[in-house]
Amino acid sequence: MSAVSAAALLTTGAQAADIKIGAAEALSGGAAQYGISIRNAQQLAVEQINAAGGVNGDKLVLVVEDEQGKKEEAINVFKKLIFQDRVLMIFGPTLSNSAQAAFPIAQAAKIPAFGTSTTADGITSIGDFTFRNAVTEADVLPETVKATIKSAGVKKVAVMYGNDDVFTKSGYDNFKKALADQNIAVTTTETFAKGDVDFKAQLTKIKASNPDAIVLSALMAEGAPIMVQARQIGLNVPVIGGNGMNSVKVFDLAKGASDGLWVGSPWSSENKTAENAKFMESYTQKYKTAPDQFAAQAYDGIYIAAAALKGIKLTGKIEADRKALRDALATVKHTGATGPFTFRRVNDKAGKPAGYDADQKPIISVTKQGRYTIAQ
Amino acid sequence: MLEQQLFNALSLGCVYALFALGFTLVFGVLGVINLSHGAVFMVGAYAALAAVQNLGFPLWAAVIFAFVIAGCVGALIDVLVLRPLRNRNAPHLIPMIATIGVAIVLNSLAQGIAGAENKRFPTDVLPQESLDFLGIHITVIELGIILLSFLLMVALVLMIGRTQIGRALRAIAESPKAALLLGINVEWLFIITSFVAAGLGGVAGTLVGVYSNALFPLMGQPILHKGIAVIILGGMGDIRGAMLAGLFLGFAEVMSVAYIGSNMRDAVAFGVLFLVLILRPQGLLGRIQERKA
Repeated sequence: MSAVSAAALLTTGAQAADIKIGAAEALSGGAAQYGISIRNAQQLAVEQINAAGGVNGDKLVLVVEDEQGKKEEAINVFKKLIFQDRVLMIFGPTLSNSAQAAFPIAQAAKIPAFGTSTTADGITSIGDFTFRNAVTEADVLPETVKATIKSAGVKKVAVMYGNDDVFTKSGYDNFKKALADQNIAVTTTETFAKGDVDFKAQLTKIKASNPDAIVLSALMAEGAPIMVQARQIGLNVPVIGGNGMNSVKVFDLAKGASDGLWVGSPWSSENKTAENAKFMESYTQKYKTAPDQFAAQAYDGIYIAAAALKGIKLTGKIEADRKALRDALATVKHTGATGPFTFRRVNDKAGKPAGYDADQKPIISVTKQGRYTIAQ
Repeated sequence: MLEQQLFNALSLGCVYALFALGFTLVFGVLGVINLSHGAVFMVGAYAALAAVQNLGFPLWAAVIFAFVIAGCVGALIDVLVLRPLRNRNAPHLIPMIATIGVAIVLNSLAQGIAGAENKRFPTDVLPQESLDFLGIHITVIELGIILLSFLLMVALVLMIGRTQIGRALRAIAESPKAALLLGINVEWLFIITSFVAAGLGGVAGTLVGVYSNALFPLMGQPILHKGIAVIILGGMGDIRGAMLAGLFLGFAEVMSVAYIGSNMRDAVAFGVLFLVLILRPQGLLGRIQERKA
């Protein structure tokens, strides 16, 4: 195998080199269940690209570091990848909190930083070297609301959210705006806190307010029991969830009460395109477990980078190459497991052009009998 | 809606009371605020899950298993952590801080062994039935929590009030030194108390796990705060007071959600609790303890 590729290189006379790409993901700690899924998908994509001849004859090499889901560690790992390993670009970190802390390091060093799982507002406002293909909640939630209104005939909703968590609170803000924009009346707004086990008081109140649906911004720890307890008191309306509810874990944690949950995401296991089928098949074969949304976005992320690298000529001068890659990334068009993809320029707080967000339409799914099915 | 909310308050209050029973027992006998009680609660829940998933136990047997395992962990904490501190007469704050350390160790161990993600009991071992009574929706699980917490409270009150061990425990609570002079094996009773208290915590953890469908390493943390409030309101060390205060807190929380707003839930509940303590600083059933002054 290596003899063959060596021979091929000799005949074309190309100077083969390794292209080093950093990956800073949470491989331990509370966010590890996401980080490991991301790392697996990245390694799968790199292997596939290298097996198909690499990028213009050069091999991709992934330098993986554990940022433990912590901001401080993400900063350390970014510094190591940039200044010690001298990678060309960095994927990660896993959580939005960490990205807020680590992306400014990449921006200052003028190296492309690419988040595949970070959906909070404002992360790519940090600067023109910041990218992400994770579709933001601000983009997804209005679409989820719209689809539910259309398909389930929803006119008034009750809202429920965790008011002591940045992610669930920001999900609530986005939901609130989407509901106002689409003229949906809110019958009551209820809150809960991390670690609560009993939601019957709120759900009893919601039931008495007679909504057509419940809008729920929660993580799975509270979201799944809320689904169960709602069904227990006979509150059988659709539940519109955010990214925190978009996981197959709901079928386990809310078993028997998981039907009628609406979520939006650029990726769905039910999306039957050739690219997605190839991704799902190869991932399942390699890791003996089904991929999730995080894996799909991470997998596409590597292919997007490869597509950008194909279009440029690397000089070996790292600063110039990083900048060339940045310029190429911004114009990539790619169709992957999550469907057709391009970047969209965003503005910073002062209104000046900054980094790049995903320009992708989410797929809206609804749970039926223990699985997601595509709505519409 | 009011009937349903009253029932909701009863079942939530029983969860708090059940957690607080063991918590207040340890304080009453050992004089220690054991802040590892939340972690022991979690250990009980995971032990019951393992019993169901890996050993094929039915739910009732898993509850007993959780009692025994959590009880053993509690006894171990007493022998390894609290006893050495007693022996060198450490000031009151030291054992309390030590139990925070124990809680951190137990939480990290749980995360290392079982992972950080949520677990739940398999649905097929849980009773799914529910009944509608006067327009109130009652699940069998809620009924079980209510019955079991009253049962355990009665058993505990009888044990303290009517048995030889209970008499000895009351003597220790009055004065460990005098009890020792009377020939009571104080160290042994400390271990038994820690065992029973932690066991009750383990049962509470199992029931909350069954009720909420979510076990995770830090599940004992939020309920620990409520538990502290309950044992203070109940009168430190008072079993019946803990039960009453648990119901009181559940009632205050549910009613503030129903009639004021869920984001004011804890503010109202703890505000009311604060007012009660101004009127009765010794707690609902507590007597002013002169001997400790």
